[in-house]
This record gives sequence, structure tokens and C-alpha cells, in this order.
Amino acid sequence: MTANELCRACGFPLLCCPEREVTGGVYCCDLLSMVMGRAPTDGIWFTVMANQNTIVAALMADVACVVLTEGIRPDDTMLARAKAEGIAIAATDLPSFEAATRAHTALRTR
Amino acid sequence: MTLQYHYTVPGDDFVHAGEASGHLKGILRQLGYPNDAIRRVAISMYEGEINMVIHANGGEIDAEIDDRGITIVLRDQGPGIPDVEKAMQEGWSTASDAIREQGFGAGMGLPNMKKYTDSMQIDTVLGVGTTITLRVDLH
Repeated sequence: MTANELCRACGFPLLCCPEREVTGGVYCCDLLSMVMGRAPTDGIWFTVMANQNTIVAALMADVACVVLTEGIRPDDTMLARAKAEGIAIAATDLPSFEAATRAHTALRTR
Repeated sequence: MTLQYHYTVPGDDFVHAGEASGHLKGILRQLGYPNDAIRRVAISMYEGEINMVIHANGGEIDAEIDDRGITIVLRDQGPGIPDVEKAMQEGWSTASDAIREQGFGAGMGLPNMKKYTDSMQIDTVLGVGTTITLRVDLH
């Protein structure tokens, strides 16, 4: 499933890299080392942590798509970095748990 | 075949943090190394790189790629690690609130480095610095 297909199914506006394939699972956390230790490869990650380091951590951990929750939006620097690294970014006003359950359902029923 | 790379990591610089690890990850991709090995190298090296930025006012990294794996040596002249056993425990961290607000300070840095490498050696002297040697073997 591409990031575009998944985010459309969940109702999350996608901000870049629509063709990135999301083949892993769903992960929620705001601590970067926790994400690198536990997020699934090529998965979708829900967080309120919006800075360049978020993208670097996603890059190292092979996260395919980062979804910013709770109405948080990326700044231009973060968005540019995500585009450069080929990591999809979406944003939603939903809390992380609710957003993640949508993605979980969409991935299970694909 | 052996390839060597050297990186200088500036201290307290969260804008450029991760450039060394990102560069080496790109090299390993170009060389066609297995994705799992690349991920393990990238995560463990980035954790070391971030530790240098946060705790040690930067440092130097030497990476050596050979046919059987990757060796990474991280050297800093920071304060040293007072209690390595504690630092290896998940959740234990001395990072400040300002660092935690950036998403760091989970207390998972050294545990992640151990988890993702085949060998890890820590040489630390209080007031002198820390050298950590990581090895990821190709399986």
C-alpha cells in the first residue's frame, strides 16, 4: 500500500512522498530512541514530535511514513528534509491513538 | 575490499546531527549491503552520534567497511560515563529537560547500540572521554 493510498483511507492529508510503500506495521511514540528501537521497518509512525530529528530518526529506522497528530504541522525545514530523504509526511488533528487505530484498520483490511 | 570514512561531529548542534550516520547509510546502500545490516548500522551509529552531540561537545567517528561487516569507532573528549552499568539500562538518562523536549533522552541510546550490533565495547575515563567501538557483521 502506498502512503497516498493509506493516508487517503484514513483521511490524513499527505504532505509529501505519496508513492512511498508502507509495508510494515503501526507505531506510536514521541521519544526518538524508543522509535528507533521498536518501530517496524517500512511502517507508519504517529507522533507529536515535529522537528528535523524526527525525520533523521525515521530515516535511520527505515520508517516509511510519519504522521503528525494533535494538529501539529511540520515547519518548512522538516518538510524539506522529509522530501529529500523520501519519507512520507501526513498531518491530522486526531490524537495519536485514534489516528493509529485508523491506520491499523486500513492496513488490516487492504 | 576495505573502505574507511572519517567524520567530525559538532557538539550541541541538532541541525546537523545525524549527517555522519546518514552519509554512511547512503554509502552502504550504494554498495548493496543488506537492508537489515544497514538499518542496524544506521541506528547504532546515530545513537552514538547523538550522544556525542548531547553529552560530549561533539567528537570524531571512524567507520570501516569490509566484506564481512562494518566497524564504527566513536571517540569523544567529554565527561566520561560515571556508571556504565546504569547507562546500559533502558530508561536511564542524564539528558536535560531541553534535550528531552527535542525527543531525546529516552534512556535508550546505549541499549539500542547494544541491541543492534554484534559487538560493542565501551572505554570511558571520567574527565578524559569515551571511546565506543561497534561492530555489525553481515550474516
